[in-house]
Amino acid sequence: MRAVRARVPVALVIPALIGLAFLVLPLIGLVIRAPWATLVDHLSTAEVGEALRLSLICATSATAICLVLGVPLAWMLARTEIPGRRIARAFVTVPLVLPPVVGGVALLLVFGRRGVIGQYLDSWFGFSLPFTTTGVIVAEAFVAMPFLVIAVEGALRGADPRFEEAAATLGASRWMAFRRVTLPTVAPGIAAGAVLCWARALGEFGATITFAGNFPGTTQTMPLAVYLALEQDPDSATVLSLVLLVVSVAILVSLRDRWIGARA
Amino acid sequence: MTLQATLSVHIGSFTLAADIGVEPGTTLALLGPNGAGKSTALRALAGLRPLTGGVVELGGRTLDDPARGVFVPPEQRSVGVVFQDYLLFGHLSAVDNVAFGLRARGMRKREANTAAAEWLDRVGLAAQARHKPRQLSGGQAQRVALARALAIRPDLLLLDEPLAALDAATRIQIRAQLRKHLDEYDGATVLVTHDPLDAMVLADRLLVVENGTVVQAGAPAEIAKRPRTDYIAALVGLNLYRGTADGVTIKLNDGGVLTTAHPMEGAVFVTFPPNAVSLHKTRPDGSPRNTWLAEVAGIEQHADTVRVRLNGIPDLLADVTTAAVAELSLTPGQQVWVTVKATETNAYPI
Repeated sequence: MRAVRARVPVALVIPALIGLAFLVLPLIGLVIRAPWATLVDHLSTAEVGEALRLSLICATSATAICLVLGVPLAWMLARTEIPGRRIARAFVTVPLVLPPVVGGVALLLVFGRRGVIGQYLDSWFGFSLPFTTTGVIVAEAFVAMPFLVIAVEGALRGADPRFEEAAATLGASRWMAFRRVTLPTVAPGIAAGAVLCWARALGEFGATITFAGNFPGTTQTMPLAVYLALEQDPDSATVLSLVLLVVSVAILVSLRDRWIGARA
Repeated sequence: MTLQATLSVHIGSFTLAADIGVEPGTTLALLGPNGAGKSTALRALAGLRPLTGGVVELGGRTLDDPARGVFVPPEQRSVGVVFQDYLLFGHLSAVDNVAFGLRARGMRKREANTAAAEWLDRVGLAAQARHKPRQLSGGQAQRVALARALAIRPDLLLLDEPLAALDAATRIQIRAQLRKHLDEYDGATVLVTHDPLDAMVLADRLLVVENGTVVQAGAPAEIAKRPRTDYIAALVGLNLYRGTADGVTIKLNDGGVLTTAHPMEGAVFVTFPPNAVSLHKTRPDGSPRNTWLAEVAGIEQHADTVRVRLNGIPDLLADVTTAAVAELSLTPGQQVWVTVKATETNAYPI
């Protein structure tokens, strides 16, 4: 069959191609400049291993916290008619657009040793969040939770609430209906939200360095290690960046059907 | 247990008001057009929509009484519901769907699964126990939904358009099976439907609901024979007129006169079935007393007969054979003579 559509206007094609190149070239550069010959050596250094381990632990813990707190929050936003729900939803989305550094400062003001809550944590329990691994997890959870809440809320809104009614007529309490009917129904949405949340937590930099500092072994996650290595050992920075790139692409591939393809 | 309910529900400008009483072991059908408030009544009985006024009592226990501040939530009522689109849980197998209510009531998994399997066997789906809802046909899903509702041994069973989602062939088969299961069930059943046949076959008593109010109540046969609104008359396939009787002559409110076999006095309904109508090209000789001229307004094929809509004084529907249509060469706009024997008419007081 003959192509009947008119040619695409040059005025659109050229900026489109430049835009595409702009997004793709840095990634290609990363791959080209990676020290492939010494890649294994770099990956097996203690610092890299430490940063990678810490990153995985913190991102996974932050995701766990986000799941425990975020799924009920999403349910509340999607299914209840409590007053202030719209405002609550607005607040949930704030960390999405807030510069992460500001998030870190805000966390310090609340959980810092002199913070609104932190002072009591310190004086009552001798417990301090800033500049600890727990602090990293808190910072990552703060920044990443909106991704999970929004994904799960969307899934809940798409799920027919009448199934919960059917469960109620069968004798299920609201809690049981949530656990045995709603949760399995929105499980794919929760999984997608958790993956996004985990990816965001893994890449977290601003809030982490502000709130938790940059101590190798306790708070120095991969992005922080990349930043530090860039000044001392650029090859290591490249290798670490490559690792994060591979993780990101893997996540994108795993979510391909859900977020990039046609959404069911 | 007996269901005794006085329902009053306001939703925006819509108001539902209905008195419902159902004895154990019997089935009441709420019959009415879409939007009449039938499903609202069902939701109120299930506890999915609180009453605005009135009271719901099941076996002497008050389930809903806004005046006294009593409201028993659905999970604490002994009410089984079969929803119109079944609402089977998609992530659970058929047997787990049926076991769900038993598990929710605290039965152990093994016992619940055994009981659920028995219920599936009873509705003829033992072989599909492990199937997920998406692997079931419409008729099978309907039976799983019924088994799920009955498995909790409810005191009240609510069926919301239980056959509406099925194709015609499946429908006949499932309707007969449903009748059997309702006969075996010893609780009270309330069925909502817009299909008069479902109501006639499945129910012992009928409540006809239009615009949120009950317009007629009674045994199916009684309602089929003596409809009191145009909606029911259309459902049961009768020509219905209101008029004033003076002996065997009835002067119709909208014009025209009909003669009946039995003398009556005062305001009456009068009906005759469409198949009692004869159509003629010329005025018949020695004609029956109900003879009038009418114009053909529409012709529709209905299974093995042809339904003819006629405008005259009064308007009417006539069912004639295809042969008669050919013989009279009926076409819209044509004038024909209509006759109806007095013995075919049925008059009863308003």
